[in-house]
Formats: sequence, C-alpha cells, structure tokens
Amino acid sequence: MARYYQPEIETAPREKILEIQNEKIVRQVRHVWDNVPYYRDLMMKKGVTPEDIHGVEDIKKLPFLSKSDLRDAYPYGLLGTDLKNCVRIHSTSGTTGKRVVAFYTQHDIDLWEDCTARAIVAAGGTEEDVVQVCYGYGLFTGGSGLHGGSHKVGCLTLPMSSGNTDRQIQFMMDLGATILCCTPSYAAYIGEALAEQGYKPEDNKLKAGIFGAEPWTEEMRRDIEKKLGIKAYDIYGLTETSGPGVSYECEEQKGMHINEDHFYAEIIDPDTGEVLPDGEKGELVFTSLDKEAFPLLRYRTRDICVLNRTPCSCGRTHVRMSKPMGRSDDMLIIRGVNVFPSQIEAVLLKEGYTPNYQIVLDRERNTDTFDVYVEVSADQFSDLMSQIQKMEKSLESALRTMLGIGPKVHLVAPKTITRSEGKAVRVVDKRKLHD
Amino acid sequence: MAITQISLFLMNQPGQLVDAVGTISGAGSNIRAMSIAEANDFGILRAIVTDTDKVCDVLKEKYLVTRTPVVAARMDDRHGALYPILEALNENNVNIEYMYAFTGTGPEEAYVVLRVQDPETAEAVLHAAGIETLSDDSLKI
Ligand SMILES: [Zn+2]
Repeated sequence: MARYYQPEIETAPREKILEIQNEKIVRQVRHVWDNVPYYRDLMMKKGVTPEDIHGVEDIKKLPFLSKSDLRDAYPYGLLGTDLKNCVRIHSTSGTTGKRVVAFYTQHDIDLWEDCTARAIVAAGGTEEDVVQVCYGYGLFTGGSGLHGGSHKVGCLTLPMSSGNTDRQIQFMMDLGATILCCTPSYAAYIGEALAEQGYKPEDNKLKAGIFGAEPWTEEMRRDIEKKLGIKAYDIYGLTETSGPGVSYECEEQKGMHINEDHFYAEIIDPDTGEVLPDGEKGELVFTSLDKEAFPLLRYRTRDICVLNRTPCSCGRTHVRMSKPMGRSDDMLIIRGVNVFPSQIEAVLLKEGYTPNYQIVLDRERNTDTFDVYVEVSADQFSDLMSQIQKMEKSLESALRTMLGIGPKVHLVAPKTITRSEGKAVRVVDKRKLHD
Repeated sequence: MAITQISLFLMNQPGQLVDAVGTISGAGSNIRAMSIAEANDFGILRAIVTDTDKVCDVLKEKYLVTRTPVVAARMDDRHGALYPILEALNENNVNIEYMYAFTGTGPEEAYVVLRVQDPETAEAVLHAAGIETLSDDSLKI
C-alpha cells in the first residue's frame, strides 16, 4: 500500500503543481536578480529581466549555469543571501579539481530533508523503522541528507557514516536495521561481507535500501537485492541542487519522481541548449524554485536522462526521470571510442563477477592503454593458472564485444580496489599527466 | 585417498608472500610442501600443510583459498625414481596439470604431488603399477 510523507504535495493534481511552480519561479528569479550579481549579469547579457518571467513557461528565456560558472564564482559568487542567514555548507569531493561549495539556510535544510523524508517513506519507511545511514557524513551531502530525512519520518537513525564494515554489520544485526542508505557499491560490498561472515540474506532485518551518489545499473540492483534480501530504491541529487532527494524511486522502480514543488526539470540538447520535448534523451537541467542560499537557476547537471510524465501507479503525480544513462563527465574517450563505466559494470555482472572494478588509462607511445582490474570472488578462484587466465581472456572478449574496444583484464584479490568514502574509485586516468 | 592441497590467490605485491606464510605459521601449522605459480599480476601459492582445516579458516579471513584433492606418490629418493610414476600415468592417458615434490620424513623417501583431473583414476593407475600414495591420515594433515 502506497504511503506518502506529504500526500497533499506528492499526489497533487498537475494543475496544482504548475500553480505552485509558477508562483515560486517568479519570486525566485526576483530573489536571484536582487541578491546574486553574478547571475544578474548573465541575465542582462541575455537581455532578460525578472519582468519577463511570469511562470515556468518563461524559464527557457533564462541563461544556463554550468560547473564552470560555479568554479568561477567560488566561493561566494552565487550566494543568494547574507552569510549570517546561512547555517551550513556542503561540498563536492573535488576529485576533478572542481570543488563546489553549496550554502544552506535553515529553510533550505528543511526543504531538503522533506525531500529525503519523501524518499524514505516511498521506500516503505515509517517511525517503526531503523535507518542505517552509511553514506559519508561531513562535507558530502549523502550522510546528513538521509539522516535529516530519517529524523523527519521519525525513524530510529543510526548515523554510521561510511567505512568500518565490521562495525556496520554488527550494528545492522544487533539493532535490526530495516533500511540501509549508502552508495550501491558499498551496499554490494556489505552484502559480500555478510556472506563471508556466514549470514544468509534472510538473516538480516533489512527490507529496503536507498542507494545513490554514483552510477549503477539494473544488473547491480538485482545483485544487491539478492545479496541483502531487500528492495533497492534509487535516489538522485547533486550537491549543487542540495543533495540526494531531488528525485527518488517509488515501489514501481521505474524512474525517479522529481520533487517538482522544489525543482523544475528540463531536458536540453547538450550541444545547442535547446529544450527537448518529453521522452527525448538529453542533458538534465534543474532550476531550484525555493532555495535561499544557493538558488541555482537552469543548472546543467551533465547527466543524460529522459523525463516521463505518464501517470505512475503509486499515485504520485510528479514527473519521473530515468536513471542517468551516462554523464558527459564520466564518458571516457579511449582510442577514439566512447566508453561509459556503466557498460563495463553491466558486462561484469552478466559474466558473474562482482561490480568491484577499476579502469586504468595510460598512454604508451602515443596510444591509449586500457586496463580493467576486477576482483575475483571465492567461488571463482581456482588452483589452476590456466583456468584463471581463461577467465581473463573470456572477460576481455565479452568487454570487447560490448565496448567495441578491447581492454586488458587483470583479475585481482577481493577488497584490493581502492575505495574512498565508500565510493569505489572507478577510473584512474593517467593520460592527463602526460598532456 | 588423495591428499588435500590448499591454494592461495596472492597479488604480486611486496609483503604478500611473507604475510601468507606468517599466517600459516601463526595457525601452528607446518608446511610440508609448496610451490608457487606466477603470472604478471598475481601468483598462486599451493601447499600441503598440517592442520588444513584450521589453516583454511584463518587464511579465509584475508585471502581467496581453495582446497584441491591431489595425489602424493611415494618414490625412493634416488636417481630415476620419478620416471616409472610418470610413465604409468602417461600410458594410461592421465594428464598432469602441474606437479612438485618433497622429501619424506623417512630416509631416502620422497613424494611427488600430482594435480590431475581425476585423482581416483590416477591413484588406481599408480597402485596397479605398485606405487604407493599417501592419504591425509598417513601424512597427518
Ligand atoms: Zn511512482
């Protein structure tokens, strides 16, 4: 039976949602114009003023913001209110050298936590539940985002943060955690660790998991669901838009409902910037409708998605977005061929491997080298060298078929692939060092 | 009556081998025989050890471990002793995946460890040729 955290909003008729959005966007554009000179300049360059914005129909007149704007405006250039009104910051990991610092007022935190609370309730959460949050806490939005939502729902919250798997398992089993929140790769890892300790999927009390913050595939979802004996829900968000909870899955597991009372979504052609009709694949763009401290308008996420406005059987009326099919940032160009790490993951799962892998790219004599390191599991290990080499060869050929380019596969011992903050390091691109 | 060999997956990294051997010795076990196969990124350590069950439990915490039944054929520790063993297997089309040898506790006594597809057949072939093989019990592992 479907349950909602804020039924009046989550199941509101479309006209009602549009009305809310229209009212909020007019106020929000005025707020940004008055308080964010960086964006006001962009608007003036485009010849747009707040008087031109009468509703969401006019959002397409506004200029885009991209990651490079965030870098240029670092740290205060996109701040929408006095610092004295802000209560917190969060930041991206900055692994690509593009650190983003996002600011929050108490109002912003509240609306964000409403969003994650909706996600938890959509995953079946009630005040009876024990929510184990093993997203990283701290600058990363994952930990505190789900933590806040869990409080709002009234769940018993286990603020574990990431890492220390033995302790995670001990608390999970001793306190009977029912909902697990972490990255999908860490969920799979916990599943493996549970099995290693002799636990069967039915030995834990978990019923659901809310997993996000990194790309994952349907194959990986089924793998995690089987290992943990749960239903696995996807959640989406970016530090730039607040954090996880911008959209989330319901029990249908067919796309993530976007919290449209707070975020307006568009799909654009990444090359021309033109808004594409519903159902077409393109870059996802978000406009924050009511954030005070970090009110990004038309922020280009780089995520390639499709929007689906067909009614959902769960009763929620908010538009659904597909799982991002790739990120232009994630796309690797290897010897001229486009490769998404998610394709490699799909092959690994299909071939019976764990999704623990790492891609290493380098350059030798002006040619890209392409190596994939994959962890072997106990049931795959053989005392015969020939057997292991055969496994490597057959995985190489499966990957070549999928990608159109052949990597060298290296099977490695379990738990040898680097993880940072519970997030697997998927790509090590050493080619940049040579450029 | 084959004997039990343990195999470990080791990464080609400094410290892996010494750590693995230290773990076996920490479990109070004696390594009766061992060999290592190496590839570019990894190696497989194969060993015949005492207290196999206990050693496996301890090793499993840190390594991929697998147990394999192998044949240990007895030979005299003298010139030409290995030949009749291999000859008997060859004549009966028993293919050897890999092998290594160790000396026994008695004087002039040695054993060759044979990894074959079907240890039972291999042992029957050897017994028919008058060659003795070891069991876990006789080796006290
Ligand atoms: Zn739904």
